[in-house]
Amino acid sequence: MPESRLAATLRNSTALRSMLRYSAISLTALAVFAAILLLAGKNPLKAYVDTFSYTLANAYGFSELLVRMTPLLLTAVAVALPSRLGLINVGGEGQLYMGAWLASAGALLFPGAPRWALLPLVAVMGFLGGALFAALPGVLRAAKLVNETIATLLLNYIAPLIVSYSIFGPWRDPGSSAYPQSPVFPEAALLTSFFNTRIHAGLFLALAVLGAYWLLLEKTHWGVEMRAIGGNAEAAQRLGIPVAAWIVVALAIGGGIAGLAGMGEVMGVHGRLRQGLSPGYGFTGFLIAWLAGGRPLGILFMAFLFAIITSAGDTLQITQGLPYAVVNILLAVILFIVLARRPMRGASK
Amino acid sequence: MNPIAPILEVRRITKRYGAVTANDQVDLSLYGGEVHALLGENGAGKSTLSKVIYGFTRPDSGEILLAGKQVVVPTPREARALGIGMVFQNFMLIPALSVLENIALFLTDLPFIVHPKTIEKRIREFGERFGLVVDPSAPVRQLSVGDQQKVEILKLLLAQARVLILDEPTKVLAPHEVSALFRIFESLKAEGYSILFITHKLREVMACADRITVMRQGRVVGGFGPGEADLDALVTMMFGGQEAAEQLEPAERAVPPSGVGSILELRGASCPAQGSETVLRGLDLTIGAGEIVGVAGVSGSGQKELGDLILGLRSLSVGSKWFCGVDASSWSIARMRENGVAFVPEDPLLMAAVPGMSVRENLVLGTGSRYWKGVSVDWSALETAMGESFHALAFPVPRLDPPAGALSGGNLQRIVIAREMAHKPKLVVALYPTRGLDVRSATSVRDLLRRAREGGSGILLISEDLEELAEMSDRMFVLYGGALVGEFKRGEWQLEEVGHLMTGSRGAAHA
Repeated sequence: MPESRLAATLRNSTALRSMLRYSAISLTALAVFAAILLLAGKNPLKAYVDTFSYTLANAYGFSELLVRMTPLLLTAVAVALPSRLGLINVGGEGQLYMGAWLASAGALLFPGAPRWALLPLVAVMGFLGGALFAALPGVLRAAKLVNETIATLLLNYIAPLIVSYSIFGPWRDPGSSAYPQSPVFPEAALLTSFFNTRIHAGLFLALAVLGAYWLLLEKTHWGVEMRAIGGNAEAAQRLGIPVAAWIVVALAIGGGIAGLAGMGEVMGVHGRLRQGLSPGYGFTGFLIAWLAGGRPLGILFMAFLFAIITSAGDTLQITQGLPYAVVNILLAVILFIVLARRPMRGASK
Repeated sequence: MNPIAPILEVRRITKRYGAVTANDQVDLSLYGGEVHALLGENGAGKSTLSKVIYGFTRPDSGEILLAGKQVVVPTPREARALGIGMVFQNFMLIPALSVLENIALFLTDLPFIVHPKTIEKRIREFGERFGLVVDPSAPVRQLSVGDQQKVEILKLLLAQARVLILDEPTKVLAPHEVSALFRIFESLKAEGYSILFITHKLREVMACADRITVMRQGRVVGGFGPGEADLDALVTMMFGGQEAAEQLEPAERAVPPSGVGSILELRGASCPAQGSETVLRGLDLTIGAGEIVGVAGVSGSGQKELGDLILGLRSLSVGSKWFCGVDASSWSIARMRENGVAFVPEDPLLMAAVPGMSVRENLVLGTGSRYWKGVSVDWSALETAMGESFHALAFPVPRLDPPAGALSGGNLQRIVIAREMAHKPKLVVALYPTRGLDVRSATSVRDLLRRAREGGSGILLISEDLEELAEMSDRMFVLYGGALVGEFKRGEWQLEEVGHLMTGSRGAAHA
């Protein structure tokens, strides 16, 4: 019977099953949000059609989706990786800013360097900026001094201030006195753009990181150790797994990946360091990782969905005269639906 | 001074958990104005009995009489309504709230609008009457453990309990706090309260109890009226006395190998403690090749701390640790394991396995870098090696794909043991290895430890089961309050003396 074969395929294919799961979540959320739009006196159908035609059905709109998706993929992995050890990294936003900051430092310090040297340097410094910023809470947690959730959360407030200090002070572009920002980075430091759009090499980097995350966790002996810590920290300790070291390393890698997102924003999108370079990518990344339960495919799907939703905010603002904040309602509805279903894997301690 | 009729009487209480009979036809009567000590080893059934009285567990059969009338106690709430109160080993207080708030939370007869002044007055009243003076406005987290215990007792008194059950109340107290507690007992007695005092410390029983009931293996094995008890008789009753010791006379291997180098040696090892842990003080211990060294002690004497110290989970503050002739004082647990230390725990699901990971992945955990191949794991080499280990132990090879959490306790213990034994360990640290296992699994674990001994491993067996220790050990130490207070060679020990040392009722003998 074809039905039973389909049912069997569904049961056996976790990828297919999770795709269906995420689709169901999205559809339910869209239905609830439609009701809210109706209450606001708007035509939900038109709102959705507008969103669709401005994003998915439009080459420029679609390219912008991918641009938005790039940092979201990275900040989601930045949360997902430590969560496999039972660590809750809420500091993606701050780590993103520090990655952007240190990458900028690299570009500004070696303006004359050739592209083959400067581009990798900038990428490494972006990673390091986030990694060091996350290693600090890692050390505090490993030493059993401060909970990593609190420390990463609070550091989010510090990183943008460091960026602000730099662009108001030492790095301020003398040419744009009205607007605090760094000078434009040398061409050699900028990520290649593709197809005459804003899609930049960061997208491929992000996809590679997502794949590497999966390989690291599922296919290496390091992954076995990390998952053991997330599954039973006491046993892991007793079995001689260096738990404290892994806590620092996992948070640092996570932070480094968020730092890459920041590097991608300044080197791929803005071309200079400025304030407000992230509209909360770090926090949205947390939500994505949570909703996806840390699964790579789920992260891919959810990052794309969230790129659509945040773009929808812009569209609805223009076409329907709705405030951008209405998308927050949609995000909250999604969160509720998922939380009602099941808790995040590995987040419980 | 006892009235004729008991306040509380339990008759023929039986409670089974699976194959284990925790209470077997237990009788107990409690009179007004007395401290009644319920004495017994761990697992003797004291806690089960108190849970039955307090309505935490339903007995399978038997009855409870309160002031001569039969009652049913389905829940602790009912117990409290009947005037029965209990102080648990772990206090049930909310640290952030004040003493007054904690007590008010416990009272069921409060009016809708609470008048703190009235409660405060009652707290002060009871406090002065019974020597339970505590500042009602102080947050509980600021109180010492002794004062927290006072709050627990005050709670019961204000809730009008007449029968107070205290489960090992002295376990957490300092010596001066213990004597203060006994003075509180005296004043409560004087007002006709009954106290059921659960403990395994003989000296305390002798110091404060009017009557004593001794339990062993789920049964009441004897009782003493006021002034009748003496230490020797109590120890004999608690541990089963001479006849048990003779039954357990060793059959083979009376002579531990001498001249063989020691596998592990502790020299004057001390180790600090945090929270409710026990401080280890000046331990001298040698484990030779081909030898099972048993460690006896009542719970909380520092057994887990000793195991962790040897495994490398705790660092020494004073003294040194030697492994196969090398100073291993500062070795990490990973290094100890790499050099041939295996660990057989009490609760594998908690201490040695990751429930969410597959059996295969659990087998590779703790093997260090032995099966690493590049960045990955050489799963086929692992499966071969573990398969051999299962075969050598005569365990069936389990399915490797299901998560470890789906296995039964005995099967999981087998997997942990197969992993730990796969690389011919020089030293096996077994921490309550048979606790919670059914008889067959327990026997197979003991066989395995014996076989490891024949293979030349040194074995440290930490257990609270004296019969197991007597049956297995070539030498036996007694741990009391974080210090080794006695050492016995096989065939030399008398259960009575071990019992005295375990309960602190006599000083060090051979140590």
